[in-house]
Amino acid sequence: MTVKLTALSALGSLVWGTLLAAMRVSPVPLMRGFGTFYVNTVRNIPLTVIIVFTSLGLADIFGVTMGASDDFKVQGFRLALLGLVAYHAAFVCEAVRSGINTVPVGQAEAARAIGLSFSQVLRIVILPQAFRAVIAPLANVLIALTKNTTVAAAIGVAEAAALMKTMIENEAQTVAIGAVFALGFVVLTLPTGLLLGWLGKRLAVKR
Amino acid sequence: MTEVSVAKEDVAATGELVVLKSVNKHFGALHVLQDIDLTIARGEVVVVIGPSGSGKSTLCRTINRLETIDSGAIAIDGKPLPQEGRELARLRADVGMVFQSFNLFAHKTVLENVMLGQIKVRKADKKQAEEKARALLDRVGVATQADKYPAQLSGGQQQRVAIARALAMDPKVMLFDEPTSALDPEMINEVLEVMQQLARDGMTMIVVTHEMGFARSAANRVVFMADGRIVEEAVPDQFFSNPRSDRAKDFLSKILHH
Repeated sequence: MTVKLTALSALGSLVWGTLLAAMRVSPVPLMRGFGTFYVNTVRNIPLTVIIVFTSLGLADIFGVTMGASDDFKVQGFRLALLGLVAYHAAFVCEAVRSGINTVPVGQAEAARAIGLSFSQVLRIVILPQAFRAVIAPLANVLIALTKNTTVAAAIGVAEAAALMKTMIENEAQTVAIGAVFALGFVVLTLPTGLLLGWLGKRLAVKR
Repeated sequence: MTEVSVAKEDVAATGELVVLKSVNKHFGALHVLQDIDLTIARGEVVVVIGPSGSGKSTLCRTINRLETIDSGAIAIDGKPLPQEGRELARLRADVGMVFQSFNLFAHKTVLENVMLGQIKVRKADKKQAEEKARALLDRVGVATQADKYPAQLSGGQQQRVAIARALAMDPKVMLFDEPTSALDPEMINEVLEVMQQLARDGMTMIVVTHEMGFARSAANRVVFMADGRIVEEAVPDQFFSNPRSDRAKDFLSKILHH
């Protein structure tokens, strides 16, 4: 459950975060304003508050059940996914935006000069170079996200932390169980960090 | 050289390609372009010279609207420069630009750099684009470097690739913004030779440069700028041997004879 939640929310926050970053550098003031507002709001709210809000606020009050009104487990999973994506996208956005700032202005000028449109300039020339520059900070976000999936336990998603709580309540070896789960997270996050670190070096754009 | 310029004046008779009318631009309090009027005919090679900070690079960049202007009008081939958007992108595709710092796409190979615009803007198919790119790279003398990345090339080679990238769009006019200023002395000539060749082939060119040799041999007209104004316009021979304005005399005395 943890792996599934991590993978899906990583994908979601990467896409949504990149879109937000594109908004923050776009020439349209309204989009820039929205991007800035979103990032500054969402990243300053504790994740627990966001996750609990998706459940108590969105689902119970506004009736947003993500197409699973009768299946509480599926509903909880989808809501947790939504919360995780919404939260981490703000961090992805800022990482990507700092990457965009590392790409020399001349690259965009040259791309505009051959007649590419704004979105083409961004997609074909700027973002590919920006991503390569921010693989390390993105790895940070991804590792934080992996560990933050535990917050989903708050709304009853049976991920690792929830499982651990149940086991500790039923078994005697609390320290051992805790250690095993901690180790489990290290096993998930350590290779992620190493792999992305290696990738970052390999794909670095030479200037 | 004389034969060439005679041939060019014939071409030049066919019309005005780039027209700037009382263009003004400010950078904050600095009035970088002051009432610039300039007309460039089809097939003409105009060299813009002047001291640093005189506004010549800015002038060059306003022509494809990399810099916006505060007032006045710019038209290319009879059409006024549109606002930012699809129209402008289409117009920019017709205006080739070569930068001082080359600005090749760092994450793409030399060949991909020259193919990109053809495929994404001109919607050419991949095979045709590659054929054309290879022909152009051959023309500027870097065909053997096609599969390398820009950072693996010398400055002179990178600038020639940049020229090929601009030519791949079949531009109506080429803008050169100090194309040799970032190059080591021994690489300047290889770039200038490519530009000379282009001029001989009848390309309309606006060249901002400090290379007086190029101005003398390839230009139809020299435009001398100082402090945001066009101070003097003349054919190269006349300008270099007998400048009319004191500002130009002063400038030439500082850069020539040493």
